[in-house]
Order: sequence, then C-alpha cells, then structure tokens
Amino acid sequence: MMNSVILNAATRLLVSLLVLFSIYMLLRGHNLPGGGFIGGLTGATGFVLYAIAHGTEATRAALRVEPQNIAMIGLGVALAAGVSAAIFGDAFFTGQWLFLGATEDDKGLPLSSVLVFDIGVYLVVFGSILTLVLALEEEV
Amino acid sequence: MSWTLASPIIIPFATAVLAFLFRRGPEGRWLSVIGAAALLIASGLLMAEVWAEGVVAAQMGGWAAPFGITLVADLLSAVMVVITGITGLAVAVYALADVDARKEELGFHALFQVLLAGVCGAFLTGDIFNLYVWFEVMLIASFGLLILGGRREQLDGGVKYVTLNLVSTILFLSAVGLLYGMTGTLNMADLHGAVQEVDNPGLLVTVAVMFMVAFGVKAAVFPLFFWLPASYHTPAFSVSAIFAGLLTKVGVYALVRVFTLIFTTDVAYTHTILLWVAGLTMITGVLGAAAMNDFRRILSFHIVSQIGYMILGLALFTPLAIVGAVFYIVHHIIVKANLFLVAGVAKRIAGSTDLAAIGGLYRTAPLLGLLFLIPAFSLAGFPPLSGFWAKYVLVKASLDAQSYWIAAVALVVGLLTIYSMTKIWGAAFWTPHPEGRAPRLTDLPARDRAALLVPIASLAALTCVIGFYPEPFVVFAERSAAQLLDPAAYVGAVLGEASGAAAEAGPGLAEPEGGQ
Repeated sequence: MMNSVILNAATRLLVSLLVLFSIYMLLRGHNLPGGGFIGGLTGATGFVLYAIAHGTEATRAALRVEPQNIAMIGLGVALAAGVSAAIFGDAFFTGQWLFLGATEDDKGLPLSSVLVFDIGVYLVVFGSILTLVLALEEEV
Repeated sequence: MSWTLASPIIIPFATAVLAFLFRRGPEGRWLSVIGAAALLIASGLLMAEVWAEGVVAAQMGGWAAPFGITLVADLLSAVMVVITGITGLAVAVYALADVDARKEELGFHALFQVLLAGVCGAFLTGDIFNLYVWFEVMLIASFGLLILGGRREQLDGGVKYVTLNLVSTILFLSAVGLLYGMTGTLNMADLHGAVQEVDNPGLLVTVAVMFMVAFGVKAAVFPLFFWLPASYHTPAFSVSAIFAGLLTKVGVYALVRVFTLIFTTDVAYTHTILLWVAGLTMITGVLGAAAMNDFRRILSFHIVSQIGYMILGLALFTPLAIVGAVFYIVHHIIVKANLFLVAGVAKRIAGSTDLAAIGGLYRTAPLLGLLFLIPAFSLAGFPPLSGFWAKYVLVKASLDAQSYWIAAVALVVGLLTIYSMTKIWGAAFWTPHPEGRAPRLTDLPARDRAALLVPIASLAALTCVIGFYPEPFVVFAERSAAQLLDPAAYVGAVLGEASGAAAEAGPGLAEPEGGQ
C-alpha cells in the first residue's frame, strides 16, 4: 500500500474506467478481439491498482465477495453454459442462440450461451488473479 | 450418448464448485461424497453403454471430428473411468475422517474433485491436444493438493513434483506441435490414419520417443521416476492414496493409447525400448522399496515397480500381453490406493509411518492386519488374489513371446515385492510397539472408524472378488485388448459418425450469419 496523493486520485478515476473497459472487452469478444479472458485480466487490474493504493483490506471490502468464490462461481457459470445445451437436446457445449426482434433482413439482437460461457471465463480469471495478487500483497 | 460421455467430466466440476462454496461447513465434505457417488453411477452407465454398443464417441459442441473435440470411450477408457469412480468414492469417504477443517477451508474437496475431473477427461478425450489440457488440469489440482497444509517437506516434495512434471508437459506440447506439423490433425483417430502417410518415418519415430519420454515422466518409469518417491509420502493420506491409485496410471493409459492407436508404424523399434524400460522400471522400483524404511516410501517405490509390469504388457504387444496390461492396471489401482489408506490408519493409531517407530498392530488391531494383508499379498502376486492372475497372464505372455529374460525379471521382482511387504508386516504388525503403546482401532471415534475402515474393507473385498472370480474380468480384458489391437472400431466410431454429424451441423453452424 502506497501513500501517494497522485496515485490515490488517479486510482479513483482509473478503477472505474478499467472495470468499464473490461466489460466492453468482454461484450465485443465474440466477433472482435477481446473476450472473457482478456476482460477478466483488465477488470482484475483495476482492483489490483486499488489494492496498491488503498491496501488489501479495503479491496476485499470493495469486492464484497471473496475472490476465490468469484472464480468458483465463474467456473459454475461456464459449466452451466455448456450444460444448457442439454435442454435443447444438443451435445455438451453446443452454442445456443436467441435472436431478439429478428426480422427478414435484420437478425436483431443475438444472445447466446457462448456469451454466458465468456462471462464465466471472465469471473474465473478475475477471481483467480485477485486471489493470487491479494495473497501476495498480504504476504509482504 | 453425448451426455453419458460428458457427465463423468461435468459431475466432478459441478461438485467442485459446490464443495468450494460450502467449504466452511460440513456440507462441503458431504457434497464431495455425493459427487463422487454420482460420478461412480455415471461411470457405470457409460460402461454399460460401451459394453453393449462397442466404442462410443461424441462431438462436443457439435463440431465435427477431426476439427472439434471428440470424447470417445472404448472399453479401456470406460473401465478406467469406472475405477476412477470407485477410488474417488472410497477416498472421498475416507477423507471425511482424514482431512482436517483447515485443509477443507483451503479448498481440499474442490481440488480433489477437479483432479477427478481431470483424470476422467484424460481417459475420455479423443483429441491429443485436449489430452494435454487435461494433464494440465490434473497438474494444477494435484500440485494444490500436494502442498495443502504448507509443511516444509510438502513444499519440498511439491516443487520437485511440479518441476519434473512441467518438463514432461513441455515435451508433450512440443511433440504435439511436431506431430500436428507433420500430419495436420490432432484427433487421435484421425492421426491413426494420418501417420501412415507421413513420408519421413525417422521423424515420426523421434516424435514417438518424445511422447514416450513425456508420458514416461507422468507414469514414473525408469529413469524418469525420481519425482514420485520424493513427493508421494508428504501429503495427507487420502491425497497420496488417490495419487498412487490414479495419477501415474493416467500416464500409463496415455502410453497405451498412443502406442496402440498412433505409433504402431515401427513397433520393432519403439516397443523394444518400452520393453527395456519395463524391465528396468520393475527392478529399480523394487530395489528402491527394499532400501526404504517408511510405510509410505516403500509403497511409493512399489508404484514404480508395478508400473513396469503394465508397460511390459504394452511392450510385448501381443493380444495376451495387452490383456495382462489392462488387467494389471485395474487390479493395481484398487490395491495400491487401498495400501495407502491402510498406511493412514496405521499412522492414526500407532503414531507414525516410520517402520522403526511403530509396531504391535497385529496383536491389538488384527482387523487392520487382515485388511493390510489382502492388498499387500495381492500386490505381491499371491494366489488366489487379483495380483496373481495379473502377473500370471503377463508372465505367460512373455514366455509365449519367447522373452524369457523379461519373464524371469517379472518373477524375481514379484519375489522381492514379497520381501518388502513382509518387511512392513514384520515391523508394523508383528514386532511390539517400541514405546510400548498398544494401538487399537477402538481408540478412534466411532464415526472416524467407520469412515476410515469402510472404504478399505470395500476395496479389499473388490480385490478378493477379482481374485476369486477372475473369469469375467479376464473376458473383459480380452475384449478390451482386442479393441486396442484393432483400432478400426475406434476410428470408425470417431470419424464415421462425424461425417453424419457434419451434414447435420452444417446449417446449425451457419445460423448466426443466417439473417445476412
């Protein structure tokens, strides 16, 4: 934990920006560079910065949920995305698509189980990185 | 069909998630037991299907082979998954009494279930790169289990374990890369055909030997076994039991799979190396065991020597030898895991695993003596226990193949196995306890006693069943060996069905773009 006015002030701005950007990365990931993995890393970076500026205790308080639990819930979400194919009688991990408001010439808003899987990956990466970093920070 | 294949992987992962979220209460450990029981049921269903229909395969996500990831089970895969279910359930029950609350809070049950998922995944995958991924899953989970608790010797063993296994993994990955460069496919069934058309047989054999070394480290064969005796005696007993039973056997399974399905182009060369490796593994393992004076260290070295027998079956590459190898793997996993579980009980009531520091178990805990005797004598190959039939088939196969020296080695090693088993028997059971203690099973709380002894007794009973009624197991091993030696059914199940699935999946794949 560093006591620096500049860092503290910058962190306040950067954390929200990084988390927002990570969600943007997650959502564009299906068709463009990005996705759950890189999104999770970016999101975790925000909280790592917060931990450097305000200490690990404040970070854990800000996260509300233990980071290792976040990672495990992410694993569960990813698994559920794969298993959801069973409802439609497809093989494990077959992507399921829903096109909201699709018309003849517009495919509407595509929603898929692939995105749910990516959200799971996001949470796994986010949680694991923070578990490691917070443990290392607390060790020092 | 797709779901019977996938459920042995899905169930442990789902259990891991739940067991982790409930790790602070008693629910976590019961979830682990329930999950392991569900895994056993799922593996039984898979076995029933494979037994009835032959090789079954499914394409994950509907991506057709050889492009997507295929899950495939022949009889060998199916029986390995069943054995994983059996050992997993036994150890999950044993862990109720063996693993303390601190380790549970660190996530023991979740890691244990992830390990089971990794092992099942490795047995079921039909894709060689996916196999690498499962090896990584196993490595991560097993490293976590190994150092859980964080004692100095655990970290020492853990670092050796992970370093040597990483070397093996890197070699494995490089070999996969080279193989892909030569053949352009990663699907194992597809590779079976593709390697026949490689115009550089020398390079193919080089890659085969790289796989041999990579899996050899995992299987702990001579001269790559050092990590095993350096680490297996350090973690909790439930952990070393599951490691001893399953982890090295995944390496053996991978060797069997790769050297029956893919690298059969130059059997005279590759399988002769395997034969020498088998002989030397048996001898060094058993001699190492003879020099040790700790319950678990002796057993660890015995894993090495027993691996030699399985490799022997693969190396001879005759139908009977493969039957022996399959039979041996099945028998060995049950027996070996059980011996480590017995060692855990001995430590609980007598206070140590150092043979010089314990004793008198026969007089005061005769039931434990009996429960040790069954797997120990089975391991040494006493008739009529399961190990006898396994060794008998292998020795007969070596005599049939006129490899008299390897038959002699197998017999002598069996004899030396008896030597170290009697060493444990003599020191831990017959001689009086050096501190004059009278270790009794009744010293344990009743609940712990049940949780510790029921798995041991069940596994011992299974050993006896295989020993007294070997007939169905041999018939099974014969069918399984026939499948291994004639991969046509395997290849057909993976690729044949794929052509149908591809036509079916065609419109489905284009669907996201359908509106344009």
